[in-house]
Amino acid sequence: MRSALLAALGSGALFGAGLAISGMTNRFVVLGFLDVFGAFDPTLVFVMAGAVAVTAIAFRFVLRMPAPALGGAFRLPSRDVVDPRLLAGAAIFGIGWGLAGFCPGPVLVGTAAGLHDAWIFVPAMLVGSFCADRIAAP
Amino acid sequence: MNTVINAVLGGILIGLAATLLLWSIGRIAGISGIVNGIAGSPRGDRAWRVAFLAGMMIVGAVVLQFAPAPPRIQTGATPLLLTAGFLVGFGTRVGNGCTSGHGVCGLGRLSWRSAAAVATFMAAGMATVYVMRHLPGSAS
Repeated sequence: MRSALLAALGSGALFGAGLAISGMTNRFVVLGFLDVFGAFDPTLVFVMAGAVAVTAIAFRFVLRMPAPALGGAFRLPSRDVVDPRLLAGAAIFGIGWGLAGFCPGPVLVGTAAGLHDAWIFVPAMLVGSFCADRIAAP
Repeated sequence: MNTVINAVLGGILIGLAATLLLWSIGRIAGISGIVNGIAGSPRGDRAWRVAFLAGMMIVGAVVLQFAPAPPRIQTGATPLLLTAGFLVGFGTRVGNGCTSGHGVCGLGRLSWRSAAAVATFMAAGMATVYVMRHLPGSAS
C-alpha cells in the first residue's frame, strides 16, 4: 500500500517536472500549436512526440507482465469503440482547449505555481466535470 | 536552454511518468480521469490519485521556478477563462480523457478510440483558435 502510494507520488512528480520543463504550462505556447493558420508554435509536437515515443515502446513491455509490479491488476479502458459520445466530448474539450490553451495537467501545475489564469480556470473545470456527471452520465 | 530540447526532454519525462504508473500500479496516467475519480471512486481507490496529483503539482510548481515560467498575472478575460474551464471539465468527462489520457497513454497503446479523440480535440482546438484570432472582428 505504501509503496503503491510512493510510486504514484513519484510518477506524478516526473509528470509535473515534464510539464514544467516542456513549456506546456504556458497557455500561449499551446495556443501557438493550435494556431495553424497564424503564428504556429511546434513546441507541443515535440513534447507529444517525446512522450509517445516512450509510451509506445515501454507500454508493450509493461503490458506483457502478468500483473503490475506492486500488485493489483492492469486497469485499462475496456472499450476501443469510437462512438458519438467520445467524439462529442472530445470536441467540447477541444473548444475549451482552443479558447484558453489550458488542459487539465498543465493548468493544475499552473494553479500550484500561482498563475492567476489557472486559478480562474480550474474551479470552472471542476464545475464542468461535475455537471457532466449529472446531466450526461453514461 | 533550447526550446526544442526542453520540449523533447519534458515529453520523455511525461512518457516515463506514465510508464512508471502503469508498471507499478497498473493505472493510466490521464489527468482528467485521475481528478474525476477522486470524488466518485471507492475509498481504496482515492489515495493514489491524491498522491499522484500532489507530486505533479508540487514538483511541477518547483521546477517552474527554474524554467521559463509563464506570466503569473491574469492574461485572459475572466468570462473567457471560466467558459474554457467549464468546457474542458465537461468535455473531458464526457469524452473520457484529455491530452494525457488519450494523447500520451492512448496513442502509446495504439488505441483507435484515443486516436479518434486526439484528432477530434485537436481539430476542434485549431478551429476555435482560428475563429478567435483570424475571423474578421475576432477579439485578438
